[in-house]
Amino acid sequence: MLILGIESSCDDTAAAVLRDGRQVLSSVLSSQDQIHSRFGGVVPELASRNHLENITPIVQSALETAGCGLENIDLIAATQGPGLIGSLLVGFSYAKALSFQAGIPFIGVDHMAGHLLAVFLESDVTFPYVALIASGGTSSIFLVKSHTEFQHLGRTRDDAAGEAFDKVAKLLQLPYPGGPHVSKMADAGNGQAIAFPRAWLDEDSLDFSFSGVKTAVLNHCHRERQSDSALQIEDICASFQEAVIEVLVEKTARAATLHNVDTIVLGGGVSSNLRLRQAFSDRCHKDGRTLHVPRPAYCTDNGAMIALAGYYKYHQFGEMHHGEDVYSRSVLG
Amino acid sequence: MASYVFTLSSPQETEKFGNALGVNASPGDVFCLDGDLGAGKTTLSQAIARGLQVPADCYVTSPSFAILHEYPGRIPMYHMDFYRLSDSTEVIDLGFEEYFYLLGLTVIEWSKRAEDILPTDRLGLFIEMGPNDSRRVTCSFSDEKWHARIQEILSESGLQYEILEK
Repeated sequence: MLILGIESSCDDTAAAVLRDGRQVLSSVLSSQDQIHSRFGGVVPELASRNHLENITPIVQSALETAGCGLENIDLIAATQGPGLIGSLLVGFSYAKALSFQAGIPFIGVDHMAGHLLAVFLESDVTFPYVALIASGGTSSIFLVKSHTEFQHLGRTRDDAAGEAFDKVAKLLQLPYPGGPHVSKMADAGNGQAIAFPRAWLDEDSLDFSFSGVKTAVLNHCHRERQSDSALQIEDICASFQEAVIEVLVEKTARAATLHNVDTIVLGGGVSSNLRLRQAFSDRCHKDGRTLHVPRPAYCTDNGAMIALAGYYKYHQFGEMHHGEDVYSRSVLG
Repeated sequence: MASYVFTLSSPQETEKFGNALGVNASPGDVFCLDGDLGAGKTTLSQAIARGLQVPADCYVTSPSFAILHEYPGRIPMYHMDFYRLSDSTEVIDLGFEEYFYLLGLTVIEWSKRAEDILPTDRLGLFIEMGPNDSRRVTCSFSDEKWHARIQEILSESGLQYEILEK
């Protein structure tokens, strides 16, 4: 079975062709960091107008790279939400139109389901598992019970982890993209140099809060500048990174203990952070748990994970009615 | 253009002020929140949401990445953030202008990036960091109706203010 997956929920327009929920034949996206970097911040091609310009060539390119045509496709899956309505509508409506015109079954999937299942593009994982999805827009912990059953255990109450990295980079006047630059500086710094706060929230909470650590970095910089000290950028980056990672690791491990689960999966763009991977790997080793981290291209937004989530949802529930619409807030709770 | 200037000396005062703004908000209001990173724009937005009766389990998070979050409340809250946008053409492309004229409250962080397309009748809230975690707020507007509304909000929050006319 060949599945065409289409994703347009936020900045990227992406499409992929997947065989049988495993083999990625192609995965194409529109993002180009070098175009945005001249703005000195994250200035994405986010307008739905751009999705509109991108969608046909991106889907064409995914089909061509996979060496097939629309006539070979057995299922079309598209992101239904959450995200910007205008952006979602481009991919979702395009997918519905293709489905209608070519007589191919159609299914809409939740963007988060894509991230939670992306690990299956590379590995066989046993259910249930605990997944941490950390990106620019999300920091959430889920209990994944099957390919179609997800329980939301914790989420951010203010800033997402990736957003904190990006904003700290901006405060320190590091170039875009912020996250990788903060990590790179952190490599040369001492993570214990500055005691930035860890927001644990209520004792039992699996929620996150990263707004405070961002403000703590800002206050630290103000104080240093007032006393005419040169900013130790490397130490600031390393200490900030440790503060964020410690909370992500601890809460995810706590969720696994709470639900008696021995497998942890990471997803989202922040999972590309090497220090985060190392910290999770160490912790899982210590606790006797298995860790799965997809390659970076499957951690960030992509069409293959949407095709994959669509494949399993279709097998469970069948095709979706063309009258279905997009939604801005996740239905996964 | 009139401005009210006052100091929020603690997170509790920020909470009270934001809550009063939310209680006072009416359909079609546009609140524009500006100030540097860490000034407390999202924190104030959260307090406004509480005043607007957005349910507690609906976390009001930073919209920087998603650009727009919608929340149910006494009236809907459209929480926008232009941080990642470069100018007003992007706001127009996203179709956000129409939200300003719907029956909800629009709260915009980093609104200055698209000042030219904001409605004339809006409430500007410029936040600056002060000593000891305090915040200095400059509240500005052009429509005279805001005098009475702002005075009511500030007196409910127990805040002393200074008025600047220009």
